[in-house]
Order: sequence, then structure tokens, then C-alpha cells
Amino acid sequence: MDTALPPHMRPDKSFQGLLLTLQRFWADQGCVILQPYDMEVGAGTFHPATTLRALGPRHWKAAYVQPSRRPKDGRYGENPNRLQHYYQFQVILKPSPDNLQDLYLQSLAAIGIDTRLHDVRFVEDDWESPTLGAWGLGWECWCDGMEVSQFTYFQQVAGFECAPVAGELTYGLERLAMYVQGVENVYDLNFNGRDGAERVSYGDVFKQAEQEYSRHNFEHADTDMLLEQFRMAEGACTRYLAAGDAGERHLMVLPAYDQCIKASHVFNLLDARGVISVTERQSYILRVRELAKACGAAWLKTEAGGAA
Amino acid sequence: MPDLLLELFSEEIPARMQAQAAETLRKLVTDALVERGLLYEGAKAFVTPRRLALAVHGLPGRQSDTREERKGPRVGAPEGAVQGFLKSAGLTSLDQATIQSDPKKGDFYVAVIERPGRATTEVIAEIVPQIVRTFPWPKSMRWGTGTMRWVRPLHSIVCTFGTEVEDPEVVRFEVEGIVSSNVTSGHRFLAPETFEVRRLDDWMAKLEAAKVIVDRERRKSIIMADARNLALVHGLELVEDEGLLEEVSGLVEWPVALMGSFDEAFLDIPDEVIRATIRANQKCFVLKDPRTGRLANRFILVSNLAASDDGVAIVAGNGRVIRARLSDAKFFWDTDRKTRLEERLGKFEQITFHEKIGSQAERIARIATLARAIAPSVGADPDAAELAGRLVKADLLTEVVGEFPELQGLMGRYYAQGEGLPAEIATACEDHYKPQGPSDRVPSAPVSVAVALADKIDTLVGFWAIDEKPTGSKDPYALRRAALGVVRIILDNKLRLPLRPLLVSAARPLLGEGHFEAHPHDVFRLESLADKVVSELLRNLARRLLQADPNAAPEDVARVEGASMSGDLADDLIAFFAERLKVHVRERGARHDLVDAVFALPEQDDLLMIVARVDALQRFLETEDGRTLLAGYRRAVNILRIEEKKDGARYEGPADAALLAEPAEQRLAEAIETVKAEAARAVAEEHFQGAMAALAQLRAPVDAFFEAVTVNASDSALRVNRLRLLDEIRAATRAIADFDRIEG
Repeated sequence: MDTALPPHMRPDKSFQGLLLTLQRFWADQGCVILQPYDMEVGAGTFHPATTLRALGPRHWKAAYVQPSRRPKDGRYGENPNRLQHYYQFQVILKPSPDNLQDLYLQSLAAIGIDTRLHDVRFVEDDWESPTLGAWGLGWECWCDGMEVSQFTYFQQVAGFECAPVAGELTYGLERLAMYVQGVENVYDLNFNGRDGAERVSYGDVFKQAEQEYSRHNFEHADTDMLLEQFRMAEGACTRYLAAGDAGERHLMVLPAYDQCIKASHVFNLLDARGVISVTERQSYILRVRELAKACGAAWLKTEAGGAA
Repeated sequence: MPDLLLELFSEEIPARMQAQAAETLRKLVTDALVERGLLYEGAKAFVTPRRLALAVHGLPGRQSDTREERKGPRVGAPEGAVQGFLKSAGLTSLDQATIQSDPKKGDFYVAVIERPGRATTEVIAEIVPQIVRTFPWPKSMRWGTGTMRWVRPLHSIVCTFGTEVEDPEVVRFEVEGIVSSNVTSGHRFLAPETFEVRRLDDWMAKLEAAKVIVDRERRKSIIMADARNLALVHGLELVEDEGLLEEVSGLVEWPVALMGSFDEAFLDIPDEVIRATIRANQKCFVLKDPRTGRLANRFILVSNLAASDDGVAIVAGNGRVIRARLSDAKFFWDTDRKTRLEERLGKFEQITFHEKIGSQAERIARIATLARAIAPSVGADPDAAELAGRLVKADLLTEVVGEFPELQGLMGRYYAQGEGLPAEIATACEDHYKPQGPSDRVPSAPVSVAVALADKIDTLVGFWAIDEKPTGSKDPYALRRAALGVVRIILDNKLRLPLRPLLVSAARPLLGEGHFEAHPHDVFRLESLADKVVSELLRNLARRLLQADPNAAPEDVARVEGASMSGDLADDLIAFFAERLKVHVRERGARHDLVDAVFALPEQDDLLMIVARVDALQRFLETEDGRTLLAGYRRAVNILRIEEKKDGARYEGPADAALLAEPAEQRLAEAIETVKAEAARAVAEEHFQGAMAALAQLRAPVDAFFEAVTVNASDSALRVNRLRLLDEIRAATRAIADFDRIEG
């Protein structure tokens, strides 16, 4: 940890300090520091900077914070650990460098986790996203028994083999912050690193939102509208892909992929509202996966996807 | 003799794959060496989270030289044959071949191919890269820009070869850019520096100094010893857990056991839930307080670090996570108790038990009906058995069981107790799954017994109806275990429970037979049944339909169908039970051939009586009377068999009393009459010991008969009558068992 930091920027005192420290660390490793994708997603992986950029031969290094929505995980602001909206810090390095584990451990050191005092472990956890048609092998990273990150070597995305292989790191920022701040309840996190009257807590920023969105996600989200939105997003994605198809090349993947993201989030909301039966659930997942696969195939026909 | 040391150093290998990987590496490398003529004295594999290693001891320095003579064509053979010979022997001209003479065939060419043995290092350099490239990991991956696959990225390879007295040499090779060397590194955090290693002992010692214990078994014993000591110091007992130990030993290179604690208030949660929570999520051991017999509010974690603060921060961090997990568990436990088991049942209609068998709700209804039917035979109240049958599966829908499926049944018991259901229902919730394995407890409370039998029989009948029987080593629905469970419940509780009627009544609702009696013309239902039911049962049904009277009323035809489908199924299933029973009695030291001998009699489906009969028979056969009678029986049957074959006829008793010429045959005939009556009476009274005693009376007259009487008399009437008398011996023994099936 950089001891020259002013107190309010220290990652063990300030949520935003933690986030900025990670950004700074990965900027120093040559990553482009992106901003969150401006759509609702379930995880940082959905950001096109990961899903699409993981495909094709071109090298890519990026890091960004991604607000992630898990409608089902809402607890009306009453559970000290569970949130329907939280932050992931996402790093993608393609190809995965030989020292990726070391870089990850250095990033923990940068936020104040001393590996001579804390028990950091790489515990098997194979990652799979049925909606993205993606899987990889890696670990969940434990710090003193707590899972603080996911570490994955992507093997397949959108149904395509990844070559070169991208390494993906996902830090659960709230958990990590709770750990380094020594806090038991997420809402007690110090957000801005200030004391006294100037102190802003995570609860000050998000508790009301957690309560409101829990009501929305479980009780009031308009299911008729959502079902319609799912169909519309699915239809639009397919149409945009058709419109952008120029034979060897594809000219309109990103707008189409937005609709795939949209469909995925709408599905998550419908799932939280409990209107999707067990058998239907599988078919919705398959429908989103078909969109993701089609977007992946189109991406490989673009310049960033490596098409000649 | 030189030794080989091989270490494959990678990123963290999943704990569950480590033991198998070590064994596979040992086998692949040693097999490949032996195949190339390199025999070894010993081999041992090692595995840690980051390294897979192998030491092969006592290898020769080189392969032995080989010399092969290859016969070629005769001298003066056509050019084509000569060229072919040169090519196959690797020669460039005939000057390199010798000429040998054979008195019959004349002169012909011979090539002598001498192959000098290769250096072992050369062979290893060829074998190892091949094995690394094709290693059979259950799941493997690529990384970076490479194409090679390994379980996780592979970083370096140590490969040395040499004797104790010299500096071993590095066996040089390259696998996808990784060059073999004699350099490795220690513990990831405690000793990350690289260093050179020589041979096995040097490698082990240097790694141990660098905080890596390479021997898995040693890591396990260190963990156990430290954990037990920690427990002892606090006056507690470690709850031992072999599976957890296996896993934890695969997550550390330098195990350090530490103790932490949690709030005593969490001890309100059942012990089993606390243990499952701490074990599954945190991979920690729990401790028992010997004074209360319950869990203590402590846990033992195994870290991979000798921390500079003696583990204070590690314990604090793990304690915090365990608190959060236990809060979740407590939330589940509290939530679950707000809904009664009965109220959960409706949901089962939406849950499929098996695509072809139907929903969980249907299955539960069948179990309840069957439990009620069994109740009187096992001394249970039918209403209680039916209610238990309805409720025992309800805990599958609780939060705790959703989180920890291994707690099914047990949680049902807790929830049933909590809502004040009768104790026998609560017990049935837990015990109806038993016995799970050969060492598991067998339920004995009547209601538990009724439901346990109903559950297992419904499972068996259900999968039999759709032809999902176990084959070979494949038994995905654990049907052998279910059948053995039925056998053990019946025998241990000494239950009189003829199986056939039970199986038929269990099969009828699954086969839709009741439906056909009411609606014999329901073709649609018959078609839908054809999709589900095993074709063999339907074939038998069709055969019987063809045989049935074409003029019979439809109702009668339906009844014929019904009886035969469930009956066929029951007969087939009884044969399966017989197999399980044989395995069971054999394990208890009884003779399985006697089980066959008893099952060969018609209508044997009462397991308790079958075993009683087998026991009595076994004891009888161990007596002088038994052995001699068996010998006499065999002599009689042998003669019969030979004579029947000769005459192309079958001789069946009774013998004609008027034709009994000799006193010995008269006495035998009288004895048979008496024995038959006495044995039949004893069997009817289920007094098998008595039946054997009756049978024993046959021994002397049989012996005397063979002593004094010639069966193949010249008078054919006498001969035939004596053969009939022999058949009577056979018939008399049939009251007890089919003696033909007795071995030895």
C-alpha cells in the first residue's frame, strides 16, 4: 500500500480510495481504464470490453468498474452482505501473461493485503455463463477464508474458442472493502474516507436504492412490459445483426449486442418476479445465448474482432 | 543405479484432482519406461497444490543392446524381392547382408540388425514431453498464446537423472517453450525464491526448508495431529472428517492449523447445520464439547501460512466469514420453521421426479398409500404410516435442504418435532432413507419401517416399470442399494412380509392398471403408457392378449392385462431381490448356493422364511446325516438321469407298493411317506429345524436301499418301479429346497 496517500484516499479507509487504487495499479500495467458500460448488466463480463474483446486474435488490456445488477439478490437493505446492485472491478488481459497470478497478488498488496499476514488461496472454481455461451477455468481467490475475487482463463466465449486466451480478474469491491476496512455490514463502509460530519457511508449512498429496487424487483416490476421488452430486444438484436451483415464484414455488432444485454437483464428481472417456470427458464437462457453467439460471430467479422 | 526426479510446477491444481493425477503420472511414466526395456526398482509420486512430481528409483543407465537376424530372399531372387528386403532391413546394398546356407532351401541372405541401447536420459527426454502433452486431466485448459493443455498454466519442469554418488544430470527437453531444468521454487509466500535441486532426497529437504511438504500423506497427518492437539488444549474433541481432510490437504503446501470461535447464540441452530455450513463453505473442522455432547462454538481452519502474527489476522478474517455464513444458516433455519411441512406439499405437483415416472406429488401419494398397506404387517398404525408417507419428503423444499442436500431427512425430523408432530412421524422423516450403505443403521420403529419400505419399493418398481434397471457397474439410481435396504429392513426386524403381493400393488398405479379396469377402451392412455413402460412388459402383455379368449368381455381382457404386467414386473424384481439377498447372506458367512436352492422352489417371496430355511439347511448339511443324505440324493438323481436319458422317458413317483420286492425298498418307501408328511407339516409350521430332522430319517433307508437293492433289475416292471422310488426321494427333498442347486 502506498503510504504517501492522503488518509481519505487510503484503500483501508475509503471505498472510493480502494477503487481508485485498483484503477491506478492496473493503469500502471498498461491497461486502458474504461468507465462502466452504460447499461444494466448482471456482471462486469457483459461489458463489450470483455465479452466481445475476448474474441479474435487482437491483444487487449482493460480495467474498469462495472455496477452489476442481480435483481434476485435484493434483501430490502436488511442483509449485511447481499445487494441487488453492487460494484465489480474487472480486469481483462489478452493474452493472459505468464505472471498474471503475481500481478493479482501485487494488486492485493496495493490495497493493503499483506500476504505474510493473510492467507491468500486459489481454490478451484470453474466459471461458466450459460447466457453468454462462455466458460473458463480458474479459481475463486480466498483471503482468510473469504472469496474476494474470481480468476478465470477464458476458454470459450459466445460459443467460440478463445485464442489467444484472455485472463479475467473480477474483484468484488464491497467485500474487499469490508475486509480491508474491518466492517461487518456493507452499509457501514466508509465511502469517501472522511470522518465526522463529512463522512459518507455506503448506506448513505445506496441503502434507499436497495430498499426501493427490492420492492421493484420482487413486487412491482411490470411483468407484461418486461415480457414485451424481452421479445422486442430479441427481435431488434436479430434485425440489427441482419442489417449490419455485409458478407465478409459486419458493420453493426455493438448496437445489436446492446439488445442482447438488454434481453439478459430483462430475463433476470422476470426471474426475480417469479413468473418464469423451471422449464421456461432454460429456454429463456438458450434464447439469450443464441443472441450472444450471433453477436460473437458478427464481432469476428469486424476490425476489432481481427477480421483482415 | 541412477534415479529419476521429475517435477511439474504449475498454478494451483484443484484439490479433488491431485491424488488421481499423482497416480496417473506414476503409471504413465513407469509403464513407458518398462515398455522401452527400462525396468526400475521403485517409484513414488508426490502432489501439492502447485506441483506434481515423481521419483523413479533404480533405473539402468541405458537400454541393453539388441541384435536381430532377419531372413531375406534366396540368393539370386528377383530384383523386387531383394529391394524389398534391403528396405525393410535398413540396408543400402547386399554387401551389408551375410549369406547363409540351408541344406533344403539353399543359400539365402540374412541381415543382422544391431541396435545399441539408448541412454536412459534420451528415452526420458522422449517419454516425458509426450506424457505432459497428452496428460488425461479431467478438465484442462489453454493459456496465453499457447496451444498446450494442462490443468492450469504450467510454468516449469525439473527433470534430473543420476546416481547417489554423482551430480545428477538435467534431462534436457522442451515442452511448448518450457525448458526442463533443475530449478524450482518454494512456498508461494513464505519462500518464493528459486533454487537448484539434485535428487529426490535433496529436492524434498530443500522444499521442506522452503516451506513445502511434498508428501500428501504427511500433510494429512500433520493436519490431524495439530488439529487434535488444538482441540485437546481447549478440552474439546475434533469432529473428524476424512473427506474434508483430503480436500484441505490439497489446498496447502505448508499446513498450519488454527482455532477460531463464533457467537454461542448460533448454537441454537442444529449441530448438523452448523457443521455443514462450516464444512461446505469454509472447509473448516468443527469441535465437540465432551461435557454436553454437542458442538462447541469453535472451529479449526487449516491455513497455508505461518503468519508473522501467529495467525491472529487469519483467525479473525475466517471468524468473520463464518459468522456471516452462520447468520445465513440461522435465517434459513428460522424461515423454514415458519411453514409447516404439510403446507409445502402443493409445490410437489410442479416438481418432476423422473420424466417418465411423473411428478414428486404422484410419487409421494404412492408412498403414502403403500406405507398404509404395509403398516399392519410391521405393527404400525396405518393412519400414522400414511401421514408419515405424505410428509417425509416435504423437507426437500426447505431452504436448509436446498443449501445442504446432504441434510435431507434430518431436517425433516427437526421441523416435524418443531411443529409438534408425533415422535414416530419425526423419526420416520429421518429414518425412512435408511439404511443408505452396508454400515448404516436399519430403522426399527414401525412407522419408519413402513415408510422406508414403501419409499424403496416405489423407487424400485418405478424404475423397473420404465426399464431403468442396473446394468454392470451402472446403477445411477442406486437401485441395488434400495433393494439391499429392503432385504436388511425385513431381516433385521424379523418381518413376515411376502414381497410379491406388495410389489404387484405398488406396480399397479405406475402401470395404470386400475385405470384400465375402469376404462378398458382407453386407447389414448394405452398409447401414452407405451411411451413410458418397458417394452418387454408390453410384449408380454400383447402375447397374453393374443392367447386370451377373443370372445371375452373387454373388462376381462383388461383384467388379464393388469394382472400380467404388474405380475411380470414383480417376478423380475423378486429375482433381483434374490441376488441382493445372496450378496447379503454371503457377507454374513452363509452359503449363497443355498439361497439359490431355496429360491428355486415356487412362490418364494418371504425373505425371512427363506433365510430361516437357508440357515436350517446349512446346519443340516454340516451334520453327518446331512452330508450322507446329500450323497444319497445325488446318487439317486444320477441314476435317474442316466436311465431317463437311456429310455427317453421320465419316471415320476409314487411307486407301486405291490411291486416293492425287497425289504430295503419297502422300508425306503415307508420312510419316504413318513418323511414327506412330517417335513410338510414342519414346513407349514415354519419349523425348519424339524423339517431337517424329518429329512434326516431318510438317510439310513436310502443307504440301506443302495446297499441291498439293484435298481436296474432284469425285470423291467421292478426296474421302473425302483426308478419311481428314486424320484420319490427327489420329491421328498423338494419340501425343503432344490438339492440340485447345492454346491460342493
